[in-house]
Amino acid sequence: MSAGALPILQVVLPLIAAPLCVLLRRSGLAWAFTTLITWCLLAISILLLIRVMAGGVISYRLGGWAPPFGIEYRLDAVNCFVLLIICVIAAVVAPYMRQSVAREIPAPRHNIFYAVYLLALTGLLGITATGDAFNIYVFMEISSLASYVLIALGPSRQARTAAFQYLIVGTIGATFLLIGIGLLYTMTGTLNLADLSLRIREVSDMRPIYAALAFITIGVLVKLALFPVHIWLPNAYTQAPSAISAFLAASATKVGAYLLLRFIFTLFGVEFSFEQMPLMEILMPLSLIAILVGSIVAIFQNNLKRLFAYSSIGQIGYLALGISFGSTSGLTGAIVHTFNHAMMKGGIFLALGCLVFRAGSVDLSTLHGLGRRMPFTMAALIMGGLGLIGVPLTSGFVSKWYLVQAAIEADLWPVAVLILFGSLLALIYVGRIIEVAFFRPPPADLQAMREAPLQMLIPTWILIASSVYFGIHTDITVSVSERAAEVLLGTPS
Amino acid sequence: MEILTHFNYWAAIALAAIGLYAVIARQNMVKKLIGLSLFQTAVFLLFITTGKVAGGTAPILSPDYTLYSNPLPHVLILTAIVVSVSTLAVGLALTITIKRDYGTIEEDDIQAADAKGHGEEAGKT
Amino acid sequence: MTTDDLIYLALAIPVAGALLLWSVGRIQPVREGVSLLISAGLFATVAALVPAVMSGARPAVSLFEFAPGLPFAFEVEPLGMLFALLASFLWVITTIYTIGYLRANGGPHQTRFLICFSLALASVIGVAFAGNMLTLFFFYEALTLCTYPLVTHSGTETARQGGRRYLAILLSTSILLQLLAILWTWVATGTLEFRSGGILSGKVSEPVMAILLLLYVFGVGKAALMPFHGWLPAAMVAPTPVSALLHAVAVVKAGVFTIAKLGLYIFGLDNLREFAISEWLLYVAGATILIASLIALRQDNLKRLLAYSTVSQLSYVVIGVAIANAHAVMGATLHIAMHGFAKITLFFCAGAIITATRKTEISQLDGIGRTMPVTMGAFAIGSFSLIGLPPFSGAWSKYYLVLGSLDEGYYAVLAVLLASSLLNALYFLPIVMRAFFPTGGAQPAAVSGIAEAPVMQLVAISITALGSMVLFAYPQLLFNLLRPLVGM
Repeated sequence: MSAGALPILQVVLPLIAAPLCVLLRRSGLAWAFTTLITWCLLAISILLLIRVMAGGVISYRLGGWAPPFGIEYRLDAVNCFVLLIICVIAAVVAPYMRQSVAREIPAPRHNIFYAVYLLALTGLLGITATGDAFNIYVFMEISSLASYVLIALGPSRQARTAAFQYLIVGTIGATFLLIGIGLLYTMTGTLNLADLSLRIREVSDMRPIYAALAFITIGVLVKLALFPVHIWLPNAYTQAPSAISAFLAASATKVGAYLLLRFIFTLFGVEFSFEQMPLMEILMPLSLIAILVGSIVAIFQNNLKRLFAYSSIGQIGYLALGISFGSTSGLTGAIVHTFNHAMMKGGIFLALGCLVFRAGSVDLSTLHGLGRRMPFTMAALIMGGLGLIGVPLTSGFVSKWYLVQAAIEADLWPVAVLILFGSLLALIYVGRIIEVAFFRPPPADLQAMREAPLQMLIPTWILIASSVYFGIHTDITVSVSERAAEVLLGTPS
Repeated sequence: MEILTHFNYWAAIALAAIGLYAVIARQNMVKKLIGLSLFQTAVFLLFITTGKVAGGTAPILSPDYTLYSNPLPHVLILTAIVVSVSTLAVGLALTITIKRDYGTIEEDDIQAADAKGHGEEAGKT
Repeated sequence: MTTDDLIYLALAIPVAGALLLWSVGRIQPVREGVSLLISAGLFATVAALVPAVMSGARPAVSLFEFAPGLPFAFEVEPLGMLFALLASFLWVITTIYTIGYLRANGGPHQTRFLICFSLALASVIGVAFAGNMLTLFFFYEALTLCTYPLVTHSGTETARQGGRRYLAILLSTSILLQLLAILWTWVATGTLEFRSGGILSGKVSEPVMAILLLLYVFGVGKAALMPFHGWLPAAMVAPTPVSALLHAVAVVKAGVFTIAKLGLYIFGLDNLREFAISEWLLYVAGATILIASLIALRQDNLKRLLAYSTVSQLSYVVIGVAIANAHAVMGATLHIAMHGFAKITLFFCAGAIITATRKTEISQLDGIGRTMPVTMGAFAIGSFSLIGLPPFSGAWSKYYLVLGSLDEGYYAVLAVLLASSLLNALYFLPIVMRAFFPTGGAQPAAVSGIAEAPVMQLVAISITALGSMVLFAYPQLLFNLLRPLVGM
């Protein structure tokens, strides 16, 4: 049996579900419906990945039009893996939302909130699944517009300014992407990614193609939030509702990473991106600065959501660094890190949501001795933090292992040292939290504090536990990532 | 006269630059959104004009003509315009809520209000 | 139960013990009973492995893979056997001592203290039995993290500062230098296994090997080679049982043990000896021995003096590995055990003095030998052993080190060893003299008879002091265990 309608269902299901969700006026119903949809999506993505790992590429023609004229959904090891990441995160965050959202968002808006959440999901899944360049732009805007709304629903008024800031930066980024796609279209007359990648080879010495690469890279970097176009990220993650911080941190930037991979490797090809264009020389310093600046700024934050938002900027640096090597082990590291960071950061932001739920704040000063009152929440936070440092037996170690290996293979010693130095910086900001939460006496009025409800703890621990599980059983993630890296580099074993 | 052969590019670039400048330089959020729209429109213009084929006519099948303009950019840009309008709508909606929350839509006033409120809200946010 | 299962058991006992302490640790007698039980259990388990290892077996288990071809694995070889045996035996003694110490000195968070102690021992066993460099690295880091709460135990600002320094030096050296070297080795050789003769032979050029040695040796911050020794004096803010077991035996020995492992199984002794790559290490270690001894001379705080003395003694092991011939390596590995017994005795004595009199400075110790004869007697034994006098066990390791340096014709090393013995005598003997024969005027008030530390502490002190003498008389066990390492 062929994959049938699965690829299109993956994208259309949440799109159809979103307006239905608005019709469900009761908060509980809307939530249950959303959760059901996300679980269906997860099932679809697993089926797709199994098919792709077994039989190569799945191609779905939208409306029956044959590519390159019709829109094609094209699934290989790379985007199936990313689809899975997004679906896992969405399916785990959905059950968590019920109580977190009830606490943070006024009840009349709940059905709208869930509808917009489904729309954001549609956008992210669409970007990943589609094989059409213009389609990517449209889905990117769907997901971005939905994220602006979700962020603006955050509890404080700064959420609105953060969303506005993100809207301005995000729209400029998306428009840059559009310029790049437009240039490619004028030069090749096609928008199908597979077709484009063939035709670009013929005109790759033309200047508009150079410009296209530049515009597209910058547009995607905005979405990815790589230094120096990261400014929207800290405010957005800090002010968004907790569940949304977790969802965006774990999935939206990952889709950015996927786009970067897709454009650089599949579309333009390694040779063009790295030899004709100085992509490595540009991407690598930016990633290294991102790692250092993100981690150092994180050390000085007292608001934990902001702290981990800056840590995300550093971690995105690792991602981009892996891509900038343009080698198999570098790409493997980047793809593994995409997955691992999604699990760790998702888990961490969910744990922070538990803190908001009980303590009403994520300020370091309110955390004194909280390790005794909310041991499971704090343990989850710490486990996630250890992963960010890259302690062996957590999944963060696996990705750093491959990144350092890539640096050594490329004879870039200073880079290897800087990667390790980044771990040391992560150690400092995680260490601060540990010291405050476990080694400071709790204030007297903390006695009444209780552990977060199970409905929030279980999703948190699912993500954290999987980040540990994949740190121990690395063969699963590593084999998928290696396969994906080979697909991207065009060197199937 | 080499320069003028691509006058459509020059127009698009000029418009885009003006739009971007407004986004960066203006403090007023509505003006920022105007700049943003201008920037997007400039890109649309760039896209559409590339569809023009010299001597071609509108792409309506007719036995009298053999040369047509490329219709695809128009179709694509129609979608992009929808996207741009939605963005503008979300942006304006945000501006309204910001006006309600802060009583201003000037960015430096908002920053000042946040800086002032930071001390009071530090415990809550 | 096979010998392979014993490895799991040795790792599981302290971890299970920690969990047990967590659940029932609120009640003091239960807490103490459980601690004794798990330490004794661990020692019995480790000891049960000895016959197999002596007969040439190498029990090994492998759990899962970090990365393809890179398992999380354990293998017991003679050196690891020696280290595990030493640490687990001294843990039993230390537990006895700790119970006395905690009863007399009180203090909060006693359960947390014992839990972290258990976990630290689990890490030590992990280091000792690690089957490859990455597994060793994992437990090496775990050991640092488990001992951090012990260093900052008192919760004061000084303790917290000491703790930060401790973490900063140990973690930064291990992550920046050691992990880099491990990765480099992995990329260059495709393996991190411990193999006799070394895995680097023929895989990397001589200069690369020299750089790797540099990265490894300074990356193992726990070996306290100068200039990365500052964490050890800083760690002295910890309660004395911690200083005794961890910062005289387990943690620092994990450092030099790692260096010995590196020399034996990663670089290979032949490479270290034949190439000129390790010569600088002789100078660094020699300088550390002398400078640390000179600093120790100027200390008035007894625990700090002992810490600097430890820094100096650790470099004996490093120098032995750097000389890399049979005698020197025998001396180095013996010294891990010999110094362990002697130094833990000295720390126990320092703790006993604190418990009985609250005195921490040497200048306050005039005449203390009259009120605390057992303690100061043991202190004298420990000192003699470190100086290298027979009939105490330290004599053996120094003897072999001297033989080793003579074999290679390193007369400068010989001079350093002799000078160091002299310096040891210069800073230890005055303390002993002052304790038993107070100088003139300052007659202490407390001459009213014997006022010793609690019995549990005295028992522990006596056992380790006796141990120093027993090991001098019967070193065969250790010789037989270590002989296969050096092919003697």
